[in-house]
Amino acid sequence: MTQTYRLGVDVGGTFTDVLLINEDNGELFSAKVPSTPMDSSVGVLNGIDKVCRAARINANDVSKVMHGTTVATNTVLTGTGAKVGLIVTKGYRQILQIARSFVPGGLGAWVIYNKSEPMAPLELTAEVDERIGSDGTVVIPFNEDAFEKAVNELKNEGIEALTICLINSFANQEHELKAKVLAENMLPGVPVSISSEVIPEMQEYERAITTVANSYVRPKVQYYIDNLAAELTDRMGDVKLDILRSDGGLSSAVNASNFPVNLLMSGPAGGVTGAMWVAANAGFNNLLTLDMGGTSTDVALIEGGNARLRRETTVGDVTVKAPSVDIRTVGAGGGSVVHVPELTGALRVGPQSAGAEPGPAGYGKGGIEPTVTDANIVLGYLPASAQLGGDLKLSLDAAKNALKEVSDALDLSVESAAEGVYNIVNENMFGALRLVSVEQGYDPRDFALIAFGGAGPLHANALGKLMGSWPVIIPPGPGVLCAYGDATTRTREEASRTMIRSVETLESEELQEIFYDLARIASLRFAEDERDSTESSFQADLRYEGQGLTLPVEITIEELGSDLAFLKDKFDTVHEQLFTFSLTQNVEIVNLRAVLQGPQPQVNQVDDTPTLSDEVHEYGTQLITYDGKQTNARLIDRSKLQSGARISGPAIITEMDSTTLVLPGFDALVDSYLNILINPSED
Amino acid sequence: MVAQLIEDNNEPLRQQPVDSVTLDIIENALKNARYEMDAVLFRTAMSPGIREQHDEFPMIANRDGKMVVGQFGSFIHGFMSSYNGTIEEGDVFLTTDPYSCDGAISHANDWLVLIPIYKEKRLIGWSAMFGHMTDIGGKVPGSLPTDARQIFEEGIVIPPTKIYKRGQLQEDILNLILHNCRLPHWNRSDFNAIVAACRTAEKRCVELSGRFGDDVFFSAMDELLARNKRAMRQLITNSIPESKTYFEDYICDDGMGYGPYKLACTMWREGDKVIFDFKGTDPQSIGSINFYLNEEMFKMFCGVFMIMVFDPQIMFNDGFYELMEVRIPEGSLLKPKYPAALSCRTHALGRVFDIIGGLLGQGAPDLMCAAGFSDSPHFMYSGYDSEGKWYQLYQIGFGGIPGRPMGDGADGHSLWPSFTNVPNEFLESYFPLRIEIYETIPDSGGAGLNRGGNGVRVGYKFLEKGEISIHDDRWLTYPWGVNGGKPGRRSRKLIKRISGDEELVPSKCDRLPVEKGDLLLFETWGGGGWGNPLDRAEDKILLDVKRGLVTVEGARQFGLVVGADGKINARGTKELRASMRESCEKLELFDKGGDLASIKKRSLEETGFEPPKDPSTR
Repeated sequence: MTQTYRLGVDVGGTFTDVLLINEDNGELFSAKVPSTPMDSSVGVLNGIDKVCRAARINANDVSKVMHGTTVATNTVLTGTGAKVGLIVTKGYRQILQIARSFVPGGLGAWVIYNKSEPMAPLELTAEVDERIGSDGTVVIPFNEDAFEKAVNELKNEGIEALTICLINSFANQEHELKAKVLAENMLPGVPVSISSEVIPEMQEYERAITTVANSYVRPKVQYYIDNLAAELTDRMGDVKLDILRSDGGLSSAVNASNFPVNLLMSGPAGGVTGAMWVAANAGFNNLLTLDMGGTSTDVALIEGGNARLRRETTVGDVTVKAPSVDIRTVGAGGGSVVHVPELTGALRVGPQSAGAEPGPAGYGKGGIEPTVTDANIVLGYLPASAQLGGDLKLSLDAAKNALKEVSDALDLSVESAAEGVYNIVNENMFGALRLVSVEQGYDPRDFALIAFGGAGPLHANALGKLMGSWPVIIPPGPGVLCAYGDATTRTREEASRTMIRSVETLESEELQEIFYDLARIASLRFAEDERDSTESSFQADLRYEGQGLTLPVEITIEELGSDLAFLKDKFDTVHEQLFTFSLTQNVEIVNLRAVLQGPQPQVNQVDDTPTLSDEVHEYGTQLITYDGKQTNARLIDRSKLQSGARISGPAIITEMDSTTLVLPGFDALVDSYLNILINPSED
Repeated sequence: MVAQLIEDNNEPLRQQPVDSVTLDIIENALKNARYEMDAVLFRTAMSPGIREQHDEFPMIANRDGKMVVGQFGSFIHGFMSSYNGTIEEGDVFLTTDPYSCDGAISHANDWLVLIPIYKEKRLIGWSAMFGHMTDIGGKVPGSLPTDARQIFEEGIVIPPTKIYKRGQLQEDILNLILHNCRLPHWNRSDFNAIVAACRTAEKRCVELSGRFGDDVFFSAMDELLARNKRAMRQLITNSIPESKTYFEDYICDDGMGYGPYKLACTMWREGDKVIFDFKGTDPQSIGSINFYLNEEMFKMFCGVFMIMVFDPQIMFNDGFYELMEVRIPEGSLLKPKYPAALSCRTHALGRVFDIIGGLLGQGAPDLMCAAGFSDSPHFMYSGYDSEGKWYQLYQIGFGGIPGRPMGDGADGHSLWPSFTNVPNEFLESYFPLRIEIYETIPDSGGAGLNRGGNGVRVGYKFLEKGEISIHDDRWLTYPWGVNGGKPGRRSRKLIKRISGDEELVPSKCDRLPVEKGDLLLFETWGGGGWGNPLDRAEDKILLDVKRGLVTVEGARQFGLVVGADGKINARGTKELRASMRESCEKLELFDKGGDLASIKKRSLEETGFEPPKDPSTR
């Protein structure tokens, strides 16, 4: 019998991780190869070769490749996107220039605020005479001549992508559709994005910036995906390539390249979906994720096996209206620089980072500024025996020297200053974790905390303590987690529209009809053979009449059959959970959405028959400072740990690309999937 | 102290040393709590003024009522000494009376909620927040009547009132208040939202105090204040001269025929203390442009401004207030006598920032910013639609950020924290109007090495018969430029009637009737320029021309000549720049567009309006 395989691929800054899964028996193979930043598809293909060799299979046996990519994100962050032209309704040429008139920061922050250039330059923004009213009626007909003139001018400027965003197109897309047809004829080879297709929702600036962002990253993403798809077909024959979107769903390669604005958080979403899958296997469905890297930390909340989504995505200082896993980022990572401003004498950590080069002082690569990693070295949490992905040698002296400047300024010992740094970084991450939990009405004590990323497992135990979130889960091989995520998620497509209506004025039949229509639109984005096996769910963004932000409420098909009064009850409950009060005010619908998901992949994580060996390979001890006291911690090699092993803190568990700290008063248990689970000691 | 604080636990909180790391952790946590207050409010408030434009201010104070995080004028001490009643666990106070809180709020539209935070039956701090209500009744929709002569005409004024008594909402009182407002459901939900935000802060403080211990939390708040004081002492000593510095600026008129009103301030330092004396400020207006300026609020403005200019790393709080003394003459525009009308104080509130900039900047011209968009102009539109339903819009306008040492001022942005514009599609869906023009005005930002941001032109097409009110300023005096930079362009309002007539509309007016089909052009002003415009890079100017932010004619202000082909005329530019350099001998520190007398003389010709009468002649 032929076996079928699926592949998850994650491209990181340093390594490309590939995970091969035998769909029939759940057997896993993984491979790690260097990333190739010039053209990351090269690294992807190398990784695929390597993993197929390891599994002794033919590349042709792989039927699906799932891929999380940071191409879109990096294009925005490095400002290397396309030359985008923008056409808007007459009177709105400066829509991106004015934006929301918002100056970030507190009182007086305008003194130091320099606004970044819009992704579609104002000199490449043109107007067209036309107007749709807010109710969708045509106020001024679309002027084709004026439009063609504008397109020609932009063409002469050499635009590489075109965006069209017309006022009130969420209510009637007739003019935008007309414009698209004309523009595509006039600009062969130049991708044209229209706002009513990318995000058919109210709010002209948000629609414009989202559509412009789509245009901005589209040529690069399209090139990358086309190229990769071609290479894959070349080597693997009839293989299906899916791309992981920011919302943690998979998208076909074609949809991904047409709507790349949905990929801006593809990379981090892979980590969250991977964590979700690993934890679900271990029996945990309520999770807080903590992904701590060199410059920043991403956190997210998963409830009942579903990641919380939000309706917007932020990359750098660009916020677009595209759904994404609700990941909050704080500028606190292993490389965050520690300093003491002269005027206040306060201890500050970040947001500046020492980056990869020269990196923390303790890496001995010429860095002199003290960082969080240096504090970890001084405290003994990162022992010299930790390998950090290979040949790096840690220098305790260099770390101490760097931190001395800080401890002198605070009049503390180096160890106390280091512990201060450790605690403050934890506090910053604690703040981010609260944003996704407490602030959304969740009690963190109902959640387990799963930590990954290079530095996550060093801080996880301490954060578990702050949050009261147990157990703290450290999955095996934190680096391949994203690839896990890519390989184990479902295809997901959604269709939405804005419809502002009081719930009272709406009949359930009408609502049902709209939802079915949206579901039909979404299903068209699936491959034909998949359409029958999709699962639909419906959402309405609701608010009290006149309120600002909306809250999404899930609606089942059964509920739609009944009187719509249930909508208000549901909304009241959510509102009360979040904000402690509800109102007697009418509830109105703002957006309606149908979400279709493909079948759940049949993947089983290998369950190593529990060996239940409590044998622990202890290869030494390390002096650590914790809570102002010095104590000896056991050093343990993770690669030799088997399920069933139990380790009491203080202990330091080292592996190839990460180090786990188990604090005094806590116990670590290795479960049957080789996760480390940390809990407070029972006695 | 009149107010009687009830605590069942009389065990005093004890001062104890707090290590600097714990202090930093508590500081971060309080900062997070303060942002959480904003988040809760924005998500649950209903009036566009609060929820979209974010016209609100939060704070968390220590047990003594000193603000530890937030943006506020301290008033709790004043409240404690004037409130005749008990303060108990679960109480929530509401006031909208500027005269009862030393001007911590400066007009009755701002509803101020105050919550004493108790833990284990002992007071550990306070949370407070105020937000601007779209309507509080009174003689005009929006409750900001230009021609009010007393505060009683400006809607309902609520003295400090216990709106929740030991956790129990006083429904009757709330209903009585709401009954006086035109849009009671907005007031109700905005009020609920503000209370929810304050409760969030309460919860966080109790958690923090539980985590670190009450004594540590208590001591940490004091130490945070002390730390700020130490930092500010150094900043003040380093940056404020002992010699006297003077600056004056103006409110163009009061909408009652008088103006410009002078705001004058002299600043000097004595030891580690800086003194601001507003002697010379014009007397209060008979109308509503008076700004009841809270001294502590002014200190906060100054402190924030100094921190931004000199060292943005400093965490801001009330700790340094003893290092500043503010003297404001009674009966002046900045300290009007009860019951003077106050509703339209927004212009003076904004202008105070220009005064601070002008004062502090003279000692450090390189760090000085030009005059900016120092106002929040209001636009109001209301009436009954064709179906007989009442509609009422209140909107804040935006303009040009000034040219700054850091760079150009942004076009059409806000000088106020967290303010945003309301999406026009939203407006069109909820109000009978269409926004036909939404752009910045070319050349309205003052020329400079770093140019001022452009003002905004909004074209409102009215789809129903109704009435509009406008509150704006800087139609006569200029947003000044600095260090050789030119002033920005002034504001203007023009209405194009459906009948074909065009009329200029004064900067301040109430209840102007509009017909279906009329178009109002609401033009705000630009920011002043910073530095010599002749030093601005040619390609930068050309780019602005290409972008339509500066016209070909406007480029000449920078000495740049652009040819008909859209390219730089190198020879023409060289000649123009040379002749401009020659004709101006020395760069002026401030360019206010000429002296007041000549500005007034040119008024009719340039603005279409006669200059107002000197307030001192009243």
